[in-house]
Amino acid sequence: MNVEPLEDDRHHRFVLNMGPQHPSTHGVLRVLLELEGEYAMHLHPVLGYGHRCHEKIAEHKPAKSFMPNTARMDYLGALIYNQGYAQLLEKAAGIEVPQRAEYIRVITAELNRIQSHLLWYGAYLLDLGAFTPIMFAFDDREHILDILEDVTGSRLTYCYHRVGGVSKDIDDKFVSRTRAFIERLRSRYTMYEDLVNGNVILQKRLIDVGELTPQICARYGVTGPLLRGTGVAYDIRRAEPYSVYPEFDFEIPTETKGDCMASFMVRYREIEQSLRIIEQALDKLPEGPSMAAKVPKKLKLPAGDYNSSVEAPRGELSYYLVADGSDVPYRLKVRTPSYSNLSTVPETCSGMLLSDVVSAMGSLDLVIPEIDR
Amino acid sequence: METLHSILPELIRIVICAIGGAVIVFGNALVMGYAERKLAGHIMLRPGPMEVGWHGILQLVVDGIKLMGKQLVVPKQADKPLYMLAPILAFAPVFAPLLLIPFSDKLQGFDIDVGMLVILAFASINVLAILIGGWSSNNKYSLFGAFRSVAQNVAYEIPMLISLLAVVFMTNTFSLREIAAAQSPVWFVLLQPLAFLIYIVAMVAETNRAPFDLPEAESELTAGFHTEYSGMSFSLFVLGEYANMFIVCSVATVFFLGGSSGIPLPYFEYTGALWFLLKVYALMFFLVWIRWTYPRTRFDQLMNFCWKYLIPFSLVNLLITVVVVKLI
Repeated sequence: MNVEPLEDDRHHRFVLNMGPQHPSTHGVLRVLLELEGEYAMHLHPVLGYGHRCHEKIAEHKPAKSFMPNTARMDYLGALIYNQGYAQLLEKAAGIEVPQRAEYIRVITAELNRIQSHLLWYGAYLLDLGAFTPIMFAFDDREHILDILEDVTGSRLTYCYHRVGGVSKDIDDKFVSRTRAFIERLRSRYTMYEDLVNGNVILQKRLIDVGELTPQICARYGVTGPLLRGTGVAYDIRRAEPYSVYPEFDFEIPTETKGDCMASFMVRYREIEQSLRIIEQALDKLPEGPSMAAKVPKKLKLPAGDYNSSVEAPRGELSYYLVADGSDVPYRLKVRTPSYSNLSTVPETCSGMLLSDVVSAMGSLDLVIPEIDR
Repeated sequence: METLHSILPELIRIVICAIGGAVIVFGNALVMGYAERKLAGHIMLRPGPMEVGWHGILQLVVDGIKLMGKQLVVPKQADKPLYMLAPILAFAPVFAPLLLIPFSDKLQGFDIDVGMLVILAFASINVLAILIGGWSSNNKYSLFGAFRSVAQNVAYEIPMLISLLAVVFMTNTFSLREIAAAQSPVWFVLLQPLAFLIYIVAMVAETNRAPFDLPEAESELTAGFHTEYSGMSFSLFVLGEYANMFIVCSVATVFFLGGSSGIPLPYFEYTGALWFLLKVYALMFFLVWIRWTYPRTRFDQLMNFCWKYLIPFSLVNLLITVVVVKLI
């Protein structure tokens, strides 16, 4: 906790301590705001309240048993974190994953992405003072959780993607329920658009607020919907295709302005693209096993460096593993998107109104345990 | 009231009026508290309170008992006398305007010649209460909420007053009963639509309701000016807010919606109050509806809207009214 001391010429500023408990920080994030009137002249994000040493834990137990920890880093994109880690170990140990398992991974990961975006949608509007959309979004999200609960056994912190495949095969019921859900969510677009997206107050609150440029994004390593909101169509699913994503036809939604409205619309449109991927994957779902035949109990990782990147709901997630030949990693580095995305805040939010700080920070879609992993 | 006036001595009349006012304040808080939670629930696709009584109808009673039983927490650094004074100041002044509202031809506490001015004067004491509450809490969020509230309420009182003045110019009186009576053929909402719209917007801002609830914007200021208040001191603010909603909606009814006029019922000089209450609660429903539909505006947008649009438009409207009245 290294808080920069306030300089002398700033001593007259009003320091507001937003967090660790504050309705709009969505977790134990603390932001020190130096205010002049309603204007936030300087922001210091203070991290570390939820630090649980996940990377250190990874160095102390067999690589396979670290899988549940990945879900605890980003509780909203748990399956995608599972997927990235499973891919990493498969790459290291040279395990072939059956096609069916890859398809199931894509379907569940995209469902997970939709529920993350839906939760963000509701919570963001709550930040902006609209109370109702969160209930509508949660209503839809609940269906995803129910579908995933049936197949994975948990509702939030999944441990479903395993080394070599998935822990349990999906059945016809899963397929039909997922198809029904796709229908349902599509039928609700008009409602979301009428209630929220076209609202004048919302547009006034979001347009031209918290503008990012591709240059700022490159400097801080910003990825995900925020980067795509600036017009850069960078999505790991296309840039460095993994799993079976090359087989699907989907767009990378982009906007040009880079403000809060741009990332808002990018996320909103990504929901539809994820639905398209799920639909195609369900159509093409191959028969076969959902788990590789031979996955050794003790996973020996040959000495070397391995990397695996996936597109998490908030941006690029990378695992970097250094193995020394045993089954325990020598070092595991996780590159999480929210950490990089948050680091733009002191630059982009200086001089903003307090309300705009809330909208700009909300548009980052922060998940604090992922920052303080 | 003339009959009462002649029979009863002044003192007893005051007591009756005060009791009536208290019944309205608490009854309204109960009805609106329940209605707001139920409506919010249904807008959000959930049932709202369901546990206590039939469809949760006793929920507010239970909540009231709970709030009365709660400890009154006074922060250590707070300015204690002012801190305790603020909720009283937010709550007490709502009784005076209630005495002046003509619920029907004969149901009115006092009919005085400057009724409108008295109502607006008492309604603006609320700002002082919020400022004192926010300042004395010694909490940065409370202070922000208080400052926002003062800026907002002072600004929005101007278009509110000017839009009402347009009606006053048409009727040549400040007396609420005469204004209500002057609308017997046509309600002023049809003659003064712009003034009505401006009044509605100013009314939402004056009562600090969403989308203009900046003083208590919970995603920015946790709970705004009442962050530190607990138990009954908190509920007095809420009671005051609901009573203020009732008052501003009543004023809208008197000035624009024809007061107690409506389809005649038996004993209309008293039962006209039913029409009056129906109109008031229709407006209150509107307030609840927009609160649970729209996001919150930003503070500078709110102030710009007032100074750049509402005040000029209300002045133009007043000018046109004056010219037309003069010509006719």
